Amino acid sequence: MMKFRFRRQGADPQREKLKQELFAFHKTVEHGFPNQPSALAFDPELRIMAIGTRSGAVKIYGAPGVEFTGLHREMATVTQMHFLPGQGRLLTLLDDSSLHLWEIVHHNGCAHLEEALSFQLPSRLGFDGASGPPTLAHVTVILLVAAGNMAALGTEGGSVFFLDVSTLMLIEGQTLGPEEVLRSLPDDYRCGKALGPVESLQGHLRDPTRILIGYSRGLLVIWNQAAQCVDRVFLGNQQLESLCWERSGSTLVSSHSDGSYAIWSADTGSSPVMQPTMATMPYGPFPCKAINKILWRNCASGGHFIIFSGGMPRASYGDRHCVSVLRADTLVTLDFTSRIIDFFTVHSMRPEDEFDEPQALAVLLEEELVVLDLQMPGWPVVPAPYLAPLHSSAITCSAHVANVPAKLWARIVSAGEQQSAQPASSASSWPITGGRNLAQEPSQRGLLLTGHEDGTVRFWDASGVALRPLYKLSTAGLFQTDCEHADSLAQAPEDDWPPFRKVGCFDPYSDDPRLGVQKVALCKYTAQMVVAGTAGQVLVLELSDMPSEQAVSMASVDLLQDREGFTWKGHERLSPRTGPLPWPAGFQPRVLVQCLPPAAVTAVTLHTEWSLVAFGTSHGFGLFDYQRKSPVLARCTLHPNDSLAMEGPLSRVKSLKKSLRQSFRRIRKSRVSGKKRVVNTNSKLQEANAQLAEQACPHDVEMTPVQRRIEPRSADDSLSGVVRCLYFADTFLRDAAHHGPTMWAGTNSGSVFAYALEVPVAVAGSEKRPERAVEAVLGKEVQLMHRAPVVAIAVLDGRGRPLPEPFEASQDLAQAPDMQGGHAVLIASEEQFKVFTLPKVSAKTKFKLTAHEGCRVRKVALATFASVACEDYAETCLACLTNLGDVHVFSVPGLRPQVHYSCIRKEDISGIASCVFTRHGQGFYLISPSEFERFSLSARNITEPLCSLDISWSHGAAHASYRLQESPKLSQANGTPGILLAPQSRDGSPNPVHSKRADTPERPEAMLSPMSIDSAISADTTLDTTGDITVEDVKDFLGSSEEAAKNLRNLVEDEARACAILIK
Amino acid sequence: LGRRFSREQLCGYLSQARAPRAGRFGAEFRRFSLDRQKPGKFEDFYQLVVHTHHIANTEVTIGYADVHGDLLPINNDDNFCKAVSSANPLLRVFIQKREEAEQGLATGSLSRRRKALALREEGPRRRAHLHIGLPHDFRPVSSIIDVDILPETHRRVRLYRHGCQKPLGFYIRDGMSVRVAPQGLEKVPGIFISRMVPGGLAESTGLLAVDDEVLEVNGIEVAGKTLDQVTDMMIANSHNLIVTVKPANQRNNVLRGSRAASGSSGRSSDSTASRHSLQAPVPHSLPADDMESDEEPDVVLEGDLEPRSVPRLPPGSLSRVNGAGPASGLHGPGRDSRVLRLLSSFPPDIHHSLALPPGGVEEHGPAVTL
Repeated sequence: MMKFRFRRQGADPQREKLKQELFAFHKTVEHGFPNQPSALAFDPELRIMAIGTRSGAVKIYGAPGVEFTGLHREMATVTQMHFLPGQGRLLTLLDDSSLHLWEIVHHNGCAHLEEALSFQLPSRLGFDGASGPPTLAHVTVILLVAAGNMAALGTEGGSVFFLDVSTLMLIEGQTLGPEEVLRSLPDDYRCGKALGPVESLQGHLRDPTRILIGYSRGLLVIWNQAAQCVDRVFLGNQQLESLCWERSGSTLVSSHSDGSYAIWSADTGSSPVMQPTMATMPYGPFPCKAINKILWRNCASGGHFIIFSGGMPRASYGDRHCVSVLRADTLVTLDFTSRIIDFFTVHSMRPEDEFDEPQALAVLLEEELVVLDLQMPGWPVVPAPYLAPLHSSAITCSAHVANVPAKLWARIVSAGEQQSAQPASSASSWPITGGRNLAQEPSQRGLLLTGHEDGTVRFWDASGVALRPLYKLSTAGLFQTDCEHADSLAQAPEDDWPPFRKVGCFDPYSDDPRLGVQKVALCKYTAQMVVAGTAGQVLVLELSDMPSEQAVSMASVDLLQDREGFTWKGHERLSPRTGPLPWPAGFQPRVLVQCLPPAAVTAVTLHTEWSLVAFGTSHGFGLFDYQRKSPVLARCTLHPNDSLAMEGPLSRVKSLKKSLRQSFRRIRKSRVSGKKRVVNTNSKLQEANAQLAEQACPHDVEMTPVQRRIEPRSADDSLSGVVRCLYFADTFLRDAAHHGPTMWAGTNSGSVFAYALEVPVAVAGSEKRPERAVEAVLGKEVQLMHRAPVVAIAVLDGRGRPLPEPFEASQDLAQAPDMQGGHAVLIASEEQFKVFTLPKVSAKTKFKLTAHEGCRVRKVALATFASVACEDYAETCLACLTNLGDVHVFSVPGLRPQVHYSCIRKEDISGIASCVFTRHGQGFYLISPSEFERFSLSARNITEPLCSLDISWSHGAAHASYRLQESPKLSQANGTPGILLAPQSRDGSPNPVHSKRADTPERPEAMLSPMSIDSAISADTTLDTTGDITVEDVKDFLGSSEEAAKNLRNLVEDEARACAILIK
Repeated sequence: LGRRFSREQLCGYLSQARAPRAGRFGAEFRRFSLDRQKPGKFEDFYQLVVHTHHIANTEVTIGYADVHGDLLPINNDDNFCKAVSSANPLLRVFIQKREEAEQGLATGSLSRRRKALALREEGPRRRAHLHIGLPHDFRPVSSIIDVDILPETHRRVRLYRHGCQKPLGFYIRDGMSVRVAPQGLEKVPGIFISRMVPGGLAESTGLLAVDDEVLEVNGIEVAGKTLDQVTDMMIANSHNLIVTVKPANQRNNVLRGSRAASGSSGRSSDSTASRHSLQAPVPHSLPADDMESDEEPDVVLEGDLEPRSVPRLPPGSLSRVNGAGPASGLHGPGRDSRVLRLLSSFPPDIHHSLALPPGGVEEHGPAVTL
């Protein structure tokens, strides 16, 4: 009976409807480079490219913005992919010997990539009852013949099977077994040996009836499919790796495991051909590695391209990842930083053309995609408009800037263009141009900043579906790093032969781990930014359109103040280069502040209007006036018992070498393993089996019980002094009548320090403020009793909205905050959210997330959610990501739960740590070291692929042109399924009158009321000025969730009043 | 009126140091020394005290402040010895008129932050009437609650941690529990207590034991939650932890209808009234935050912001504590007081060794050496 005491009488239907108009969860698009790619395909007719990954994902890319994603149900590596040219269909082979046919189809008014058919190849002897000996044991190669209606499958056993693609059924009776081929061979070549697996199958562009078959042993056969006979035989003796059939059909190229390739003439002489016309070992004479793939492309201007991968001298360059491009006498050895998966050329595929005329070479590497323009002299690299290797150096932090002003955008773009050696025109030569992007031009420009381990900050255009690199800022030039000597050694001139050319930007090796960027903040109105790093360096930079040479002013701030007895055992601080330094156009450093001890910066914030930057480390925080270049404040937050904080980052004796090794390992190691996928019957069965096994041997569980200690946090827990967040606000700290600049700092142990700042006021009209010192006076110190780390602090104005950014209001880009009073501060800790009144800090509302849900807050952001139903209606809410990977949305300032969704797997710690929210209800998190998943919580603000593709297949009849639209993404290629939880029913459902009032500040009564925050809270919450929370409020809060209804604590606490509530 | 004063005097004793002696039972301070090794009998001590204060014909109860600042009674030889041995080196002894103490009103806290404390009455049985209710002179450490709404196989235990320096002292683990389902018995994952820390609060209550299955934490079911989630929930509620367990040993269950026999721990629900009597009184306009009465309020320290010209406030010079703790300025001098406070010290140099909060007590009373 007591259970029902606090239960609410159902949810408010009006509020429920409003919530559906405001909130919706979608995983929309994956940005960056697919993790662990394993296969590549290109459709020259549609000009689209497909990449398959080791986790079974298929991604199709065309023109920028054209993207399709699919995921195989099986957790298996995609080993081969083949487009059915022009049909928008894709045949994939997985390493579990299953074939899948994917189609880009129209479906119920929306279209997407979906799996049409799948075929598990019979792998057991005798299973395939057609003809005893040849079995379809293991498919090694696939070739589409007859305009894609049929596929030839080469197997390990040396047979070639034929498959009807439209049904994925084997065509009986056409199978070509090895003995049939052996029959046409001379006896001395046969000599009892098998031919080995089929290594290569090549079709002929002009004569689809003929197939070139290459066997592992070296034998090449031209098989006439129509006549069912062997046309020609080439008796190669070298183990075969790959084959290419020249356009005219007169020349064959074969590559071999010893690093040689051979050219065979198909016209001259009679069958069998005993010797190639030419055989060469390009990187001989010493033993070389195999040439894995070779392409031969001829040109109208005469000559031909030979492009091959591998073949490097085993001893000296065996560890390099190289593709060699040879044309006439020109040889370039493209030296990549990661393993080569596959490559293709973009060239003419029309049978009537006499020449291939390759335009571009696309090389898919383990970590990036590199495209070279083969028509421009020097074969320059074409900058990719998407598939950017986000992880070219490991990402250490990220930040999102919304609504970037057009002027700043143009300046950043132009700075980026000056950076890249290529002229902007080469961007237009991106060869993969299939499909059309139907998405509207983004209404606002969004900038994603990523900080990297090597001290760079990369600027990405995150406005649309394609994440486009804009600009790269490097901070390493300001410092003398440890590895400079090593670098100069590496730069020592190499031998002229082979003619290496470094290509690609994936470079995971950090010069010095201290350069790593920890925090980034950018002011979009003044184009000033702050970059803070691992060695306590805080850099204030300013965007300049011109290169310049200038000295950077330096300062250091001792955050330990006069604390004694601490010794820093971590890394030394970076030694900056002094004197004038040349800076290219772009963000140029102005001021460098170094924290002492040089611990990693854990929080940073910038206020450009006041020219102040605040920064915090594990030891304390500081405030610096970068206009006058003088420190304002330093405060130590260390607890006297906290000795661990002094020992340095992470480990006690961490050498540079060790950390290098770690960063190396981190890159090597796939961070995301064991991807969760859609539950199918198989996995259910597995789960059940696993459970059975667990039950069968319970002692195993008993043997090593995982225990958790239940003990409240104490003040002297280690690392309690870490500064977690810093915040500037113009609000009421001294008294309710005067507002002024304030700075807030929150620590790991639940302490919040609020400083009143004395900032000289700028004279009207002048940008700069007078040259007077800024003063800071400690105003309030709040110790949260639950001592959980403070994750975020924000001040809400009289209308319950967060204060705008500096300059935002003064430049008329945001509504001016309500300064009539009634400000409140929202403090989000890892366990609870609390709103306190200002200036008297008394608790007003709160939500105890951990006590109710058992989850802890990881990331928090205030975001504006616009309604899909009403153009002008929007609410500001608190979005929160928990350690379980769930996203919760709370109303502000009422702190009522609105919706929650499961977003990230809870095991994916790096994904949760990397999450960043935008101001309009979207977010990004890393699903692999190289990919950001984009998600949206807003029902209106969704960025997803919206594209069309002119495909032509309808069994060869009319070339119907479908106009396809990519739907909201149904599956995620790389991991978590987009499970959409129903908006939870247990929300507080503030009454609709309240929410309307709270968010339509134009209402005069809300504007004028000194208690407007209170009036903004739902009517059943009555707050009085002393901050006491009334009985009704207790009921309301705790009744706001189903669990809370049962919350015994309240039953006990409110025993005395229970009857009053019951009577109601 | 008297009730209110007696409470305030206890919490605001700091300010009474300068209070002039008003009436017979105004605050009065005496200092004397005792032999730490041989403190003697309680009777002698009692005589000494009443003699020293010239209140020989008044019945008083004697209490002392232990190391945690809690007011504990001295009423027999044992706790007298304990009190003397806990002196560090000063022992603060509090004397109160017995009638007052027995009204159960004199409960209070030396420091407002620690709410639970009580003055032990001496010999309530000697009184004509019997006390019905929780003995209010004990500090509760745990209770069994909600016996009437829970199945008999379950037990809901509340652990009080206020002012207690003991660790909560238990560990939890994953395990499998057997449930009766429509299909028969089925095994479901559960959370169990895996270990007790010797001397911890959980062990000392005797209400929780190893292998007890945890069903709820503060009213929220743990079914479907991971070990880490439950850990976080328990720690988040650690100031007032209510765990519903299914004891591994089902023989000690509280039986329905025999509540009277089960004593205080068998009360159907935790009495709010008794909790309130244990709480420190609210002396001024503190937020009487009933919702949060279970939890310690956040401490807000205010910097001295009024003089705007102050260049910079050195950290640490925060002037006053707002909203928590005995605000030193709030209890002005001259308040009528009915508590005798007696500072008995062993070494003579008490000024150096007074383990008192900052703000200190100035000694005016004559030092009595015996």
